[in-house]
Amino acid sequence: MGRITLERVQKKFGDVEVIPPLDLTIEDGEFVVFVGPSGCGKSTLLRLIAGLEDVSGGEIRIDGTAATDLPPAKRGLAMVFQSYALYPHMSVRKNIAFPLKMAGMDEEERRRRVDRAAEVLNLTDYLDRRPGQLSGGQRQRVAIGRAIVREPAAFLFDEPLSNLDAALRVGMRLEISELHERLKTTMIYVTHDQVEAMTMADKIVVLRAGNIEQVGSPIDLYRRPRNLFVAGFIGSPKMNIVGGDLASRHDAAHIGVRPEHLDIVEDGGTFSGKVTVSEHLGSDTFFHVAVPGLDEPMTVRAGGEVGLRHGDTIHLAPQSHQIHRFDDNGLRIA
Amino acid sequence: MARAVSNRRMAINTGVAWVLAILIFFPILWTILTSFKTEATAIADPPVFLAFDWTLENYETVQERSNYFRHFMNSVVISVGSTLIGLLIAIPAAWAMAFVPGRQTKNVLMWMLSTKMLPPVGVLVPLYLIFRDYGLLDTRIGLVIVLTLINLPIIVWMLYTYFREIPVDILEAARMDGAGLSSEVLYILTPMAVPGIASTLLLNIILAWNEAFWTLNLTAANAAPLTAFIASYSSPEGLFYAKLSAASTMAIAPILVMGWFSQRQLVRGLTFGAVK
Repeated sequence: MGRITLERVQKKFGDVEVIPPLDLTIEDGEFVVFVGPSGCGKSTLLRLIAGLEDVSGGEIRIDGTAATDLPPAKRGLAMVFQSYALYPHMSVRKNIAFPLKMAGMDEEERRRRVDRAAEVLNLTDYLDRRPGQLSGGQRQRVAIGRAIVREPAAFLFDEPLSNLDAALRVGMRLEISELHERLKTTMIYVTHDQVEAMTMADKIVVLRAGNIEQVGSPIDLYRRPRNLFVAGFIGSPKMNIVGGDLASRHDAAHIGVRPEHLDIVEDGGTFSGKVTVSEHLGSDTFFHVAVPGLDEPMTVRAGGEVGLRHGDTIHLAPQSHQIHRFDDNGLRIA
Repeated sequence: MARAVSNRRMAINTGVAWVLAILIFFPILWTILTSFKTEATAIADPPVFLAFDWTLENYETVQERSNYFRHFMNSVVISVGSTLIGLLIAIPAAWAMAFVPGRQTKNVLMWMLSTKMLPPVGVLVPLYLIFRDYGLLDTRIGLVIVLTLINLPIIVWMLYTYFREIPVDILEAARMDGAGLSSEVLYILTPMAVPGIASTLLLNIILAWNEAFWTLNLTAANAAPLTAFIASYSSPEGLFYAKLSAASTMAIAPILVMGWFSQRQLVRGLTFGAVK
């Protein structure tokens, strides 16, 4: 079980309020991702749940019991750190067994559990090595192994993939998702990478300056961003935001259209401009288009290879039901 | 790749290093040589370097006149004892200052260091009186206490520096893994800081071994360590250079041997964290 509730949880460092009072419920078995730009308080929030930081106010409950004043060791949570934080003086086996040893488990049972975890994570051949003799991906697996052996109420991941190279990151992303499928244990995952958030999460919590901007499933956030910040943050490449006259035509202060919801048309269309940069990915092509009257170039996605070049003039028509409207305060108009 | 150094540069560096090393080692070498001379050769002018009749008579006299083994044991008990007690106090203190620093931590560290700036003679009288009143004069336990206190600031400072090199993440991971404070210090912090702790231990044993001010002033016969044993050979009836040298050689030999075998550890500990 691992249902975690935060009630009016608040954190101050001295006089600086890093996290204003906030409420959040994480259901048992959910994969929740905290996402936001750096300095948004997502790691602090995770550390509050872990007990590595003391809350300045509010209540944290794990499975209904008050955990606010419990030390990290007593909360029954496991954490995977960005730096892996393996014990350099212990073998892989001892690293993975450490939480079991702390729990006072007998040696026979420890050995069995470590062997099982090592098998799941493909670490069997490395059990006698020291962390220093492993590659980045293997170290990350050891860190995960150390977290899973204890069968915690929930896993906390603090940007676990940011020290890995791109290819390995995609692989580990899948492994963590699979792990969640298999264990069905609550996972809280902190990242600044919205792609990780979109691909892994059951529920995304978007944070900015310690405030929760929106909570919802990846598709919810993509389809109905609550405000301009979420609209710009979720989705890659980011949504095109346009103000002024064009927006007022839709009775809004700002309108937003995602690159994939702009059609390239022969003539007419809402926007016309010159291609400045084209990015060919093979499966897709992204064009950056300088539209007269707009501060920023618009991004548009075309499927497959499209033979447009730098300097070509193109016309763009937004798909009518895919226009997001926002008011003066940047809030979504229903 | 290592930086290319020209052969000429290398030769000059090596030469300078040798000159410095010989300069530093020369007094010790001279003491050892003198210990094998007769009293007459010892004060000969011009001094004799190697061409003299080697003799062991000084060592024999020293052995007859005093109980070397007792002084040696006193030195061992006092230096090792004060260092171990110092470590026991300093490890938790340095842990607290390195990992849960308060607003005054820097000041506390400075204040601790400032006690080393006070000339020891300034507190000799009060300390002497306290020792007299509590019957600690000329006892091993008394010297262990005073040397622990004298070297504690250095032990705390050294450990603090080493502990700061240990990533906090790793200690937090241990906390998440269910380790309480004592398990964290015992299983994670201490093993990781072993190079630092070992060099602190060695350095402090050497410092305590060579400490002369307090050992001379607070002991007479019973607890006198080797420093007092050497001093007993500079007597009012005159200096006996050869015997003094023999006593000195016997006093520094154990620590010299220990230092020789642990030099790798000492150098590693002293440069710990210097290269990242």
